[in-house]
Amino acid sequence: MARRNLKTAALVSAIAMHGVAVHAEERYGIGREATPAEIAGWNIDIGRDGTALPPGSGSVERGRIVFSEQCAACHGDSGQGGVGDRLVGGQGTLASPKPIRTVGSYWPYASTLFDYIRRAMPQNAPQSLSNEDVYAVSAYILSLNGIVPANAVLDAKSLAAVKMPNRDGFVSDPRPDVHNH
Amino acid sequence: MSEDTTDKRVREASRRRFLQAGAALAGGSAIAGVGGSTALAEQGNNLPPNVPEWMKAPGDPMGSQPYGTPSVHEKGVVKNISKTLPQYISASGRTPLQELDGIITPNGLFYERHHGGVPTIDPAEHRLMLHGMVDRPLVFTMEDIRRFPSQSRIHFLECSGNPVYTKPYGKTASDLVGLLSCAEWTGVPLKTVLDEAGLQAGAKWIVAEGADAAALTRSIPIEKCLDDAMLVYSQNGERLRPQQGYPLRLLLPGFEGNMNVKWLRRLKVVAEPAYSREETSKYTDPMPDGTSREFTFYMEAKSIITRPSGGQKLTTHGFHEITGIAWSGHGKIKSVEISLDEGKSWQQAELQEPVLTRALTRFRLPWYWDGTPAVIQSRAIDETGYVQPTLAELVAVRGLNSFYHNNAIWPWRIDANGEVTNGQA
Repeated sequence: MARRNLKTAALVSAIAMHGVAVHAEERYGIGREATPAEIAGWNIDIGRDGTALPPGSGSVERGRIVFSEQCAACHGDSGQGGVGDRLVGGQGTLASPKPIRTVGSYWPYASTLFDYIRRAMPQNAPQSLSNEDVYAVSAYILSLNGIVPANAVLDAKSLAAVKMPNRDGFVSDPRPDVHNH
Repeated sequence: MSEDTTDKRVREASRRRFLQAGAALAGGSAIAGVGGSTALAEQGNNLPPNVPEWMKAPGDPMGSQPYGTPSVHEKGVVKNISKTLPQYISASGRTPLQELDGIITPNGLFYERHHGGVPTIDPAEHRLMLHGMVDRPLVFTMEDIRRFPSQSRIHFLECSGNPVYTKPYGKTASDLVGLLSCAEWTGVPLKTVLDEAGLQAGAKWIVAEGADAAALTRSIPIEKCLDDAMLVYSQNGERLRPQQGYPLRLLLPGFEGNMNVKWLRRLKVVAEPAYSREETSKYTDPMPDGTSREFTFYMEAKSIITRPSGGQKLTTHGFHEITGIAWSGHGKIKSVEISLDEGKSWQQAELQEPVLTRALTRFRLPWYWDGTPAVIQSRAIDETGYVQPTLAELVAVRGLNSFYHNNAIWPWRIDANGEVTNGQA
C-alpha cells in the first residue's frame, strides 16, 4: 500500500504542477471497460472440472469422420502420430525406461482436450470446428484410448465426468532437488 | 566484505594465475611455436605493406541500408535452425551463442519458439483484455499500454527444454543451450496494469493468452504478476520483432520461456490455474517413478563456455581467453568457476560488470594452452548459494526422460589438434 500511496502522491503533484483541476485517483484512467459480449467472445477457457463447456454434444462415430478429415494427416489414421503428436496408447509406460506420453496415458483432464482442440486445432485452421465437432473428436480420441466406449456421446456433463488415467500423476515442483554441495 | 572488495580480490587472483601460467610456460619448451613470436610476413594485395582496395574508392553512400544489417562477411552468423524438423509451424530456432560477445542478444538472433507460426498483427487492431476477478474488466489499445509509466530492464529468456537429457546432445554451444537469449526489455510493470483494474480477494493466478494460431495459454501465479512481471512492447530499443510477440508480450524474468506469452491479448484473473495443454501435457517434467512435476517455473542457475566451444578450433598454442555466459532465474550470479582438468579442480572466473538479476553474466578466464588435450567446463553459483550440477547429478535424481529444466554443467573436450567437441557426446 505504501507504493500505491506514493504513486497517488506523484499523480497529485503532477496534476498540481500542471494546474489541471481533476480529482486525484489511485488509477491512471487508462483503458476502457470490457463489455460482457467482448469477454464472452474471447474467453473460451474451459476449467479442468469442465466449467464453461458449451452446449452441444458429439459422438465417437461422428468424431471418426471429423478426425479422418481434419486430424489424421498429422496425427495418423488411428492417432498413432506423425508430424503431430501421438495421441493414443502408452498407458502403463510412464514409469518405464521408454515412457510414451499421449492423451490416453498422460493428459490429466479430458476438459483440456476439448479446450485445446477448440483453440488450436486443426493446426492449419484453428477455431474452425463447431462445438459439436470438438465434442465428437474429443470423444473419438478418448475412445481410441479405451477411456470412453465406442458408442459414447459426449456433452458438457459427460465430458466433465471422464476420469483420465493419469489424473493423479502430477506432483508439485520440489526443486532445488539436486544436493551437490 | 563489500562487492567491490570481492571483485578486486577475484581480479587480483585472476591476474596472479595468469602471470604464473605465463611464467610456467616461458620456463619450459612448450613455448616453441607460440603465435606472434615469429616474424613471418603474409602475402596479399590488401595486406601490408600494400594499401587495401577499400581505401582506394568511396564506400556505399548514406541510405544504401535504411535498416542496417551485419557485414556480408558475417552472413554465417544466423539463427541455428535444424533442417530436419518434422514441421516448422510449431518449432524452435536457436541463438548462435558461440558467435556472440557480451550479454545482449541482437534482436535478429534472439531465439524463437512458437506453437502456431508467427502471426502478422496490426497493432492498431490489437487489444489486451483484462478480466476475471477484477473490479473493472478493461480493454487496452497499444496506445493505452504505452501511456503507462514505463520501465526498461535487462533479463534473459530461456526455453525449459534447453537441452533435453538424452543423446544426441549436439555439437555446438548453440545446439546445446541456444534456446537462450538476453535483451533489454521496455514496457509497463504488470502490477501497474492490474492496479488499474483492481484485483479482487481470492485472485491467485492469471491466465495469459496469445493472439497466435495456438491461442497459447499459461497460468501465472499472482505473486509473480505482482513482483517483476512486465508487459513488454520493446526489445533492445526497438519495437518487439514479430517472432518475439509484436506488438505485446508478457515477460516473467527467470521463468521458463513458454510462460512469457507472446502476442499477448488476454489476461484472466482466476482462483486456480487453467490446466491448459501447455501446462499439463507439455512443460511438465516426467520423473523415473512415472509421476511428473507440474508448474516448474524457475530456470535454475546455469552456465556454458562459449569460447572455446564445440565446433571451434584452437589454431595456436599459447594465450586463449576462456569466456562464456552464466545466468539464474533466482537472481544474480555470485560466481562462476572453471575447471581445466575434467572437473578435478576449479578456479574463479572473472565476472564482467554489470552483474544483473535474472540476466546473462559474462565470465572470463585467461588461459595458456600448451597443446595437451584438455576438458574445460564452467559451473555457475547464484546468490542463493545454488551450485550448477553435473549431468550425472541431475540424471541421478530425474532420470533421462525428464525433458525440461536440464541445467547441467557442460564440458568441452579439446584434442591435441585444438579441435573442440562436446565432452558428453
